[in-house]
Amino acid sequence: MYDLIVIGGGPAGLAAACAAWEGGLRSILIVERDKELGGILNQCIHNGFGLHHFKEELTGPEYAGRFVKLLGETGVEVRLDTMVLEVTGDRQVHMVGKSTGYRVEQARSIVLAMGCRERTRGAIAIPGARPAGVFTAGAAQRYVNMEGWMPGKRVVILGSGDIGLIMARRMTLEGAKVLACVEVMPYSGGLNRNIVQCLHDYDIPLYLSHTVTDIRGKDRVEQVVVSQVDDNRNPIPGTEMVFDCDTLLLSVGLIPENELTRQAGIDIDRRTNGAVVYENMETSLPGVFACGNVCHVHDLVDFVTAESQKAGAAAADYVLNGPDGLDPGVVTSDERLLTVNNGGGVTYTVPQHIRPGRVEKLCGLFFRVNRVCRDSEIRVTSGGAQIARFKREHLAPGEMEHIDLPKALLDKAEGELTISIQEVSK
Amino acid sequence: MYDVLIIGCGITGAATAFELSKYRLKVGVLERENDVALGTTKANSAILHAGYDPEPGTLMARLNVRGVELAQELCAKLDVPYRGCGSLVLAFSEEERPTLEELYRRGMENGVPGLALLTGDEARALEPNLSETVAAALYAPSAAICSPWEYCLALAETAVNNGVELRLNTAVTGLEQTSEGWTVRTSRGEFQARFVVNAAGVDAALVHDMAAPHAFDIKPSRGQYYLLDKSEGDRVGRVIFQCPSKVGKGVLVAPTVHGNLIVGPDAAPSEAHDTATTGDGLRFVRETAQRSVPSVNFRESIRNFAGVRANTAAGDFILEQSAPRFMDLAGICSPGLSAAPAIGEYAAELLEQAGLALEKKDGFVCERRRIRFKELTAEERAALVEKEPAFGRVICRCETVTEGEILEALHSPIPPCSVDGVKRRVNAGMGRCQGGFCGPRVVDILARELKLSPGDIVQDQAGSWLLDRQTKGGNRDV
Repeated sequence: MYDLIVIGGGPAGLAAACAAWEGGLRSILIVERDKELGGILNQCIHNGFGLHHFKEELTGPEYAGRFVKLLGETGVEVRLDTMVLEVTGDRQVHMVGKSTGYRVEQARSIVLAMGCRERTRGAIAIPGARPAGVFTAGAAQRYVNMEGWMPGKRVVILGSGDIGLIMARRMTLEGAKVLACVEVMPYSGGLNRNIVQCLHDYDIPLYLSHTVTDIRGKDRVEQVVVSQVDDNRNPIPGTEMVFDCDTLLLSVGLIPENELTRQAGIDIDRRTNGAVVYENMETSLPGVFACGNVCHVHDLVDFVTAESQKAGAAAADYVLNGPDGLDPGVVTSDERLLTVNNGGGVTYTVPQHIRPGRVEKLCGLFFRVNRVCRDSEIRVTSGGAQIARFKREHLAPGEMEHIDLPKALLDKAEGELTISIQEVSK
Repeated sequence: MYDVLIIGCGITGAATAFELSKYRLKVGVLERENDVALGTTKANSAILHAGYDPEPGTLMARLNVRGVELAQELCAKLDVPYRGCGSLVLAFSEEERPTLEELYRRGMENGVPGLALLTGDEARALEPNLSETVAAALYAPSAAICSPWEYCLALAETAVNNGVELRLNTAVTGLEQTSEGWTVRTSRGEFQARFVVNAAGVDAALVHDMAAPHAFDIKPSRGQYYLLDKSEGDRVGRVIFQCPSKVGKGVLVAPTVHGNLIVGPDAAPSEAHDTATTGDGLRFVRETAQRSVPSVNFRESIRNFAGVRANTAAGDFILEQSAPRFMDLAGICSPGLSAAPAIGEYAAELLEQAGLALEKKDGFVCERRRIRFKELTAEERAALVEKEPAFGRVICRCETVTEGEILEALHSPIPPCSVDGVKRRVNAGMGRCQGGFCGPRVVDILARELKLSPGDIVQDQAGSWLLDRQTKGGNRDV
């Protein structure tokens, strides 16, 4: 029996395990499917990590290394090269590994930190031939940075997500020619700093409101056809541009990897594709917490760390101070509960529910907007009345937003909170 | 000198090789590609049709019904994923009812068991997600689904286990009649054979023309598909057809044996090897399928693909001796997969009639098993990993495929040499991430086991290279 089993040894799992140790748990197991801790950070050899959390600029492996070092100072047990196959409703974890065999472990609490996967060609139904040479940006990144192999010479990138932008620069530095980055939306899906540092600095054109409408080539990609799209994202005939290339990289979105979560019967939010969570990252299954990209896709690892520390601390609190014996449910019968609604301009919020009684001082709230906005107000309303507002000069779908709601304010709210965006003239 | 050389190792060539491997014969199969099942066999609806479509009295009708009857036992013996799920043909209006009645009549005549005409409500009771506009349906309980490439692979592997020689990467370039039979010229030298069987799929007319006067044209017809995630796999429990038209059986919605949902195909004339999808074709498939099952969620798409049907103007399979000791197995469009083992039997009969002595051999083994880690119980998994640790390393996390299964495939009678070859044998890369995660790991295993550089590993057919060159400098082991 473990106090806590953390599924996933990437940045989320590492931060959660460290925080749970600090919170007093002494029997913690991290299960990691890869041969080393650190998750996807290990292949992110560019810098720009840690500006918020460590107040300095680190590479991905360095950022992971800091946490692996911290973990080494605790007594947290780690099983590498071990894949979790099932999580049951009564918190049994089935896992299998080459050296560890097939094991079923019982946990008092669980942190889900499995991360996310990339959307593929099939998910967005790009028409055309099916030659080799179409890779997700993350798979290409693994080939280049971990395996030491270049997946092509002349490259078109579809999607302006951060991994795609990073790979535009990486492939260029390794000697490939990146012909274009193509984005179906009228704005980029990545961080502004990546547009500047990865495209502009290398004279790589960014075609907004464009998409790939055909892939040509028998055995290997030979050409990619790019067309402009209208306001409904339908290709406009006559706008085709043909690129002679051997590689198409896709950076068209990330999907939280929640197969274990679904299997365990945990409620999923169809907007985030992650578990529905409460203010301390607890899911609908008591004692099971979710954090990092498995809960919702983040832009910056620093925020993953903060969220996961919250989840780890909450797991410790659950085990040390939580209910004995039978679980009373995630929300006790006499407890106040607020549901967070997405108002105008907001695509999702995390958490989706808040139990004000369990908030100490501030309740952090993450959300994304559905369009680029200048000079805006984030409005928080409850029962039709505005209870808070926050000013922002710039909001974009590619950049996760964050507000902190004071406990006193939550106490004023009734039943629900609605977050909405209102553009205001200066 | 071969007794029989079969040209092409799709489902038809494999089924014929399997059938002939029961006899005391020296049989060879020449396959142009680096693996079996790379043509129409790997890209179709994966349906074993009940047999009410073909015109009574045709070869298609007879071999379809016989083929699906054989398939059930064969799939069980050869460990091929198979599910007898049944099918429904939908009518959306009173005007379409006569079509159902005609199919019912044909089915009865063809000997299809258990056919029943249902009302719209009865059909919806079986399949709650059917459209409210469904007015009537033809129910055929004997229709089934299978894994077409594993079916082909299982037949070919069993043939090889029973002495058949499979020559991959061997393209036939010419045929010349000799006093004893044929000289077959290929990209890898010449072979002598007493009999030649043409199972060249969409290229069957080209091969025919090497041996006999031009007699038929293959009119390739491309069909495009959606494959949806397992989250949509239970949308229907049976194969859902619409009323067939001149160009094909129309757009279907069906479960797959792998737990996904398949939707398609359209039908459009194409080049023989043009398996590209188009925006218009995919849109047509989406919109047409939603007439049958409006709730199909195409946001759960994990892959699109297209296959090419080897249609001819004949309206029936072309199974005949068209030159001395030269047999055509051509025009194998739908229901070719369903009929395959019966086509194999028929080909053996044709050869016998042409003078080939068929003498059963002792020790024919009709058996095949592979370990499917995902389908094992917790206890079985524990015991397996204890014995063979490679089964403890999960390579494909979407489909829970282990390194042990890949290593087993690499030691099978027809080992894979490509990433997709591994996929067709063990399902690695078939899931929702489409190999994004396991692709590099499969390349790694292939390179290690085949003692090749990762740069030599291809995605699928020869020429489908994956990696260009190593990055500049550095050493990963430093």
